[in-house]
Formats: sequence, structure tokens, C-alpha cells
Amino acid sequence: MDLIQIKDLSFSYPAKKDTLKHVNLKVQKGTFTCIVGENGSGKSTLIKCILGLNKGYTGKIKADRRIGYLPQKSHIQTNFPATIEEVVLSGTISNNVRSIFYKKEDKEKAKQVMERLGIYDIRKKCFADLSGGQQQRVLIARALCATKDIIILDEPTNGLDPTIAKQIYELLDKLKTEDKITILMVSHDIERALSYADTVIELSNGEVTFEGTTKDYKKGGAKK
Amino acid sequence: MIGTISEMLSHAFIQRALLVGILISLCAALLGVSLVLKRYSMIGDGLSHVGFGILTVATAFGATSPLYIAIPCVTIAAIVLLKIGNNSKIKSDSAIALISSSALAIGVAVTSLTTGMNTDVCNFMFGSILAMSKSDVVLSIIVSIIVAALFIIYYRKLFVVTFDEEFAKASGLKAKRYTSIIAVLTALIIVVGMRMMGVMLISSIIIFPALTSMRIFKSFKKVVISSAIVSIVSFLIGIYLSYIYNISTGAMIVIVNLVLFILFSIIDKIIHD
Repeated sequence: MDLIQIKDLSFSYPAKKDTLKHVNLKVQKGTFTCIVGENGSGKSTLIKCILGLNKGYTGKIKADRRIGYLPQKSHIQTNFPATIEEVVLSGTISNNVRSIFYKKEDKEKAKQVMERLGIYDIRKKCFADLSGGQQQRVLIARALCATKDIIILDEPTNGLDPTIAKQIYELLDKLKTEDKITILMVSHDIERALSYADTVIELSNGEVTFEGTTKDYKKGGAKK
Repeated sequence: MIGTISEMLSHAFIQRALLVGILISLCAALLGVSLVLKRYSMIGDGLSHVGFGILTVATAFGATSPLYIAIPCVTIAAIVLLKIGNNSKIKSDSAIALISSSALAIGVAVTSLTTGMNTDVCNFMFGSILAMSKSDVVLSIIVSIIVAALFIIYYRKLFVVTFDEEFAKASGLKAKRYTSIIAVLTALIIVVGMRMMGVMLISSIIIFPALTSMRIFKSFKKVVISSAIVSIVSFLIGIYLSYIYNISTGAMIVIVNLVLFILFSIIDKIIHD
């Protein structure tokens, strides 16, 4: 089953024409897909189109609205007073946008996810005081609160040291195999990412230059 | 002290001042948390100067209740400021500085041409909570209730939008809409609060309680609650001291806020060392 289907997607920013050109791709349920490509190849633009953050594209995107998202970390400001619990719970917002308070089932879901990711015991701690790796763990928990099936991550290991990055990949791998969560990830850290991903999408200048299994990609599709 | 307080409370104008002051302090503090965290601290300053410009012009044209003219105009200014900050080449802090000093200059120029620096103008500049008319009081109460109610209704969404706008948008929230709501509510509170605090000081009661609370508290909810309490306590101590020593109420409230800020900073140092 395809969780995401993209047909003939093109997108231009006002300042940069043809950021994406006639992109076709599918993301199958249960896969760990890694989008690779150089800076400016359109990786982040592509996932923003999938998430509905970029308006005014042409072509068709078929995707569930319930996607858990982990943005690039630079969006979150330092020193923000918020506990882990508050951050994770905020992930459930898309489940019932209209209600004033969090519902019981939202709190239950947040608790489950925090326990799963081993951060329940430190839930009263301040997000800003955590290490980079722990912060990513919390943001993954928040993303999981928004979805049952798929999370999209934009460079989740950026700025983390290699051992911590490995832990994040292992966590994602566990979520894929044990919790049946589909993972779609943009990464710069190709080598490490490919040792966990089973599917690869390569973008170059806004076009898909490879789509297939990691095995095939390593065999011949890979360039540079 | 108790004698003084009961003497204070026997005056009708003080009762009015207390009611309005508590409500405005509460609302200013609630909005302040979002504004400080969104890095829009200066918007309060900018809007109050715009409010001053509009009030002087309205008074010069002989408007009997300039507040009713100021409310829509300052609201529009708030939306314009946000729009400028969002999409133009001028960064929002520079935009605010431009607009705020221009509005202040126009206000001062209009004042010089017409009435000169009389008590009315002085009251706009530095506030006179004790000279609020009945209709000012009613307006302040209505606006405060609207602001507090909307803050509670949108509390969850405001947190998500303030913490991480990208995630909020991906969750289907119209992030810009909530930022606009905050700006409009701020405009409302600034106009009604200007009577109490004065143009020059109103923005401080928006920013101070949030900054003070963030010294110690590390959860969003606690910061919100603490800001509300800090703000109301500062107001009450401020108005009491201003009554006893006959000092400008607005100035006294800001000074109490400053003292609390320093106190919280010291407590923070002690806790974390």
C-alpha cells in the first residue's frame, strides 16, 4: 500500500524557479525511506509540499493528513519555557483542533509515546535544558502523537555527534520494525542513513534521479 | 497599613482603578508571554506610540471619546506591523522603530500646533488611572474580558504556534491567524491600558511579568500563571505606594515590576548555583 503518491509535482519559489520538476514517487507503507541529494536539490521543498506547507504547486499529491512531522531544529528557539510533557502533548493538536482543552485520549496517547521512547520519567524537565539528542527524541515523540502511520523528518541528526546520531537511527529503525511506523527522512548524513534505510529517493536539481531499494542504490545508482 | 488600605478603598475612583487595573494587568501579562517568546516584545512599544499619535490627532479634531477612534486605528496598525515584519525587506524590529517614532513625532507636532503640552497630553504620556471616566472603565472591562476569554480558548493552539510554527502549520493550524489574534488583542489592551499606564510605560507591563516569570519557571503553563500573578501583584503594590507617596501610578507599577524582576533573577541564581 502506498501512503504517499506523488504525480508530476512541480514547484517554484518566487525567487527560485523550478525547485521541483515533474517529480513522481511513491512511499510504501512500512518502509524506511531516505531522501538524499545535495544542498538545494529540493529535498526540504518536497517534504514541505507533502505536508501542505508549500502552496501553489502543480501536479498531484495523495497523502494522509495525519503525518507526524519533525522540522529542522533551527525553527525552535532556545530558552523556551516548556516541559517535555507540554511539547509531546502538543503533537496531538491535529486530532481535535476545535476543542479548548486536551482530551483524555490525547493525554493517554502522549503518555504511551513518552513511555515508549523512555522519556516519561523526565517529563517535567524543561525542553530547553535537554541535550541535542534528547531534544530530538522529544520531537520524535511529538511527531508520533500526531499519527498512527507515518512520520516525516527533516535532517533529524543534524548537529548531533555520531554516537547520538546512531541512537536516533536505531530508534527510528525500532519504530519501523516494532511499531510499523513508516519513516520518510531527509538526510545529509548519507552513509549512516543508508545503513538503516531500505528505500532511497535521490533528488538532483529538483528531479528524481533514483528511486528504489538501498541495495540497488549502493550497487549502481549511487553517484559521487 | 490596613487603615490606609481601607481609606483607599472608600474612594469610588480607587475602586474603579483597582478593578480596571487588575483586569488590564492580567491580560497584558497573558499576551506578554506569547509576545516575548515570539520575539515581538517591541510591538507593544510601537503600538503605544501609534496610539499616542492617534489620540492627539483625534483630540485636536475635537473628538469627545478618542479611545473609540484609537481602538480601530491601533488594531489596523498592529496588523500592518505584522505584515511588514513577515514579508518585506525591512525587518520587523526596524519597521516597528520607524512607525513608532514617526507616530510619536506626529503626535508631538500636532500637540504643539494645537493645545500645547497640557495635562490631557501629559495624562496620555504618563497615565492617570485615577482620572478614568465611567465609559473608559466600562470599555476596559469589556476589552479585558474578551482578551482573557480568547486567550483561554486558544491557549493550546497558541502554545503550539509559539513553540514551533512549522509544526503548527503541518498540523493544519493557520499559524498566521493566531499571530494576528495576538497582535489585535495586544492593540486592544494597549489602547485601554494607555489611560492607566501612559504611552511611555504601557509596554513594560506586557513584557516585564513574562520575563520575570521565565527567570524561574521552565514550563509554559507555570510561566503563564506566574506572569498573571506577578503582574497583578505589581499593580496592587504599585498603586498602594503611589497613593501613599503621591508618585505617578504608572511609574510606580513599572518600578515594582523591575524590583520583582531583579528578585526573581537572584532567586534563579541561588537555585541554579
